[in-house]
Amino acid sequence: MWALRGLRNGVLTTRWPDRPDDYAAATRGPAAVLSEAEAGAISAAGLTSLCPVAAISQDQPGSVRVDQGRCIQCGRCIAARPDVFGWAAGPQSASGSRAALVVPADETPASLTAVSGQLRERTRALRRSVHLRHVDAGSDGSEEWEIMALLNPVYDIHRLGMFFTASPRHADILLVTGSGARGMAAPLRETYEAMPHPKLVIAVGTDAVSGGIVSPSYATSGGVGSVVPVDIWLPGSPPSPFAILSALLLALGRLPAAGSAGPAAASAGHAATGDRQ
Amino acid sequence: MSSRAEHDVAAGIPALWDRLDGEVAAGRRLADLFGTATSGGLLLSAQLAGPGGISTLDALVPPGRASYPALTPRIGAAFWYEREIHDLFGIVPEGHPRLEPLILPTSAFRRPEPGTAGAPVAIEPDPGILPRHTTGPGLFTIPHGPVRSGVVESLEYLVETPGEDIPHVNMRIFYKHRGIEKRFEGMAPGDGVLLAERTEGIASVAHALAYCQAIETIAGAEVPWAAALIRVLHAELERLACHLDVIVRLADGAGLAVATARFGWHKELVLRLTGQLSGSRFGRGVVVPGGVSSAPRTDPADMLAAIGSLERQITADVRLLMGTASFLDRLRRTGPLLPERASEHGALGPIGRASGVRDDARQARPYAAYGSLGTAVTSRPEGDALARLEVRTDEIADSFHLLRQAVDELTETGAGPIRTACEPADGRAVGWAEAPQGEVLYDVRIENALIRRCRSRSASFHNLVLMHEVFAGDILTDFPFIEASFGLSVGGVAG
Repeated sequence: MWALRGLRNGVLTTRWPDRPDDYAAATRGPAAVLSEAEAGAISAAGLTSLCPVAAISQDQPGSVRVDQGRCIQCGRCIAARPDVFGWAAGPQSASGSRAALVVPADETPASLTAVSGQLRERTRALRRSVHLRHVDAGSDGSEEWEIMALLNPVYDIHRLGMFFTASPRHADILLVTGSGARGMAAPLRETYEAMPHPKLVIAVGTDAVSGGIVSPSYATSGGVGSVVPVDIWLPGSPPSPFAILSALLLALGRLPAAGSAGPAAASAGHAATGDRQ
Repeated sequence: MSSRAEHDVAAGIPALWDRLDGEVAAGRRLADLFGTATSGGLLLSAQLAGPGGISTLDALVPPGRASYPALTPRIGAAFWYEREIHDLFGIVPEGHPRLEPLILPTSAFRRPEPGTAGAPVAIEPDPGILPRHTTGPGLFTIPHGPVRSGVVESLEYLVETPGEDIPHVNMRIFYKHRGIEKRFEGMAPGDGVLLAERTEGIASVAHALAYCQAIETIAGAEVPWAAALIRVLHAELERLACHLDVIVRLADGAGLAVATARFGWHKELVLRLTGQLSGSRFGRGVVVPGGVSSAPRTDPADMLAAIGSLERQITADVRLLMGTASFLDRLRRTGPLLPERASEHGALGPIGRASGVRDDARQARPYAAYGSLGTAVTSRPEGDALARLEVRTDEIADSFHLLRQAVDELTETGAGPIRTACEPADGRAVGWAEAPQGEVLYDVRIENALIRRCRSRSASFHNLVLMHEVFAGDILTDFPFIEASFGLSVGGVAG
């Protein structure tokens, strides 16, 4: 009976990234600056009140920065100043550089290209059989759902040669979620050390990147970067399955060229939209 | 939405315990027990749930006292609560049967003491903090976690076994303690909801609801009717997603590949519908103090069509699943929670209702728009993993009913206000909501327009301790089914 039921709705699986996917394109990323000129006109105090996690800052008058690695996607800045801030659109919110998540980016696309080139070099041997291991270092539980979603028939990452493995000894990529709970530091480090080379670490979610809204806390280390060396930083509270998939492909140098600019495109405001889902 | 009861602080701890004993004997439920550091000493607060509301009873442990008589020997449900209080404040409940660390991975540091000003020092985990309990010839312990197979939250089960049977399971939940309650302190009430949503991420809407209702009670704010309906809409979508997640895990445990894929797809569609309505797949940012942030961004006809299509697909697959004998055999008589134990502990949510405890906050203590929508509360007497699944499938059917009612009502109400001013003055109040996992409770105290203390008690915390009770006669291969049938979130347990 289940075999027949399995045929009922045809193929549900996305073809992304080989083919466009409307839902992937509509993915809501972190907040981005739409208009630097308008942003410059807001006072420093005004900027602080726009963000509960202090992701928006102004290093000098007229230069407003959004740290997407701190953004918890609450949308307060966008609701208050839709002329200045918007959502970065599309799943490509991950970056190979923590500094590049601060937008508009100081880091030039050239240096980002170098980072992704190095990553590609390191992961060349993995080819199309990549094993993933996940460790929760103090998440709220939602990141686990979005990672698990990659196994449902809509995303089905097996089609891309990616598999989850129970043993860190078989794992190539470590997906770390959570704000870096201190109690998980030792188990996380041991898991990382048990993995063979070459190995990569993806910090999945704003909590893992910067500690999120639960940090600072006596019980977290403000993100997982101080516990294990992170190669890919993926903000989001939580990041959607397409964003996680996109981060995995970025790690493997398998993102299609059109999207290779990644968060830089969003930071320039080209890909940012006012209020799309 | 919340009620404040009398405070009888002066009478002291023994008088409070006598009072609780009497109330529990009269059929009320000990719903929470927690501490707050105050200038007058440690304030212990107990929440009692009953039809119509939650009442709070407080008592002070005078300053300088290092201990108080434990409540656990009189009311067993206080077992984890008193260990938690010991972890956070260092005070000893005398006569507690097993006072080991619960939510903090260490004991060698200055305690966080929620309620006091200032940030506690960072903790240094101690790997040898918990002794193992294994005794007896041929008995050994399988340490299972905190990094476990699959994509799951961190938690360590210590499975004590002579080989196949599981006479006892122990849990270490402190690995992912994040210090949430301390983090609330000093936040503006409007920011606190963002943290509440991230306390237990798969029940974001329920946590936001319980938190906001506490804030609204303090502020005396009346939530507009349309906002109350939108709150129900999101709370029920969250329930669908969580219950479908439990089914995915159960089907996966039984190796039903097609069922796993089908229910995984249904869950994805529910999350996408939630995202379509609100912009967040978890409904985050919708519930705010005073109402909701925005109306659903889909028109009612499209919402009804999406809900109807989901209902048809899910109902058909549930019917097939509940007729799959090889699957049901894995659940029947697996992980039974005896009705006496469930009622004694006051088991919450589907776990309680599968063991005959007919309590559902949506019906017993209505909030949002539930009072006028009518919730059907289902329960089962068996108490096994199958009963817990049956309760959830009934609730899925009822959620669709509530979703349709909420959308219809929303259409009739038309474009009205969805948010009212909510500026809480100094005060304290309790808010609650029925999360998919069971009742969530928030006790919030505001001072000088900032949060002074925020107690957040998830259903997961209250229920997880029952894992100690359900392994009678079960073997190692039953473990995944029992864990999945509990359907709890570690994030909500560890705090």
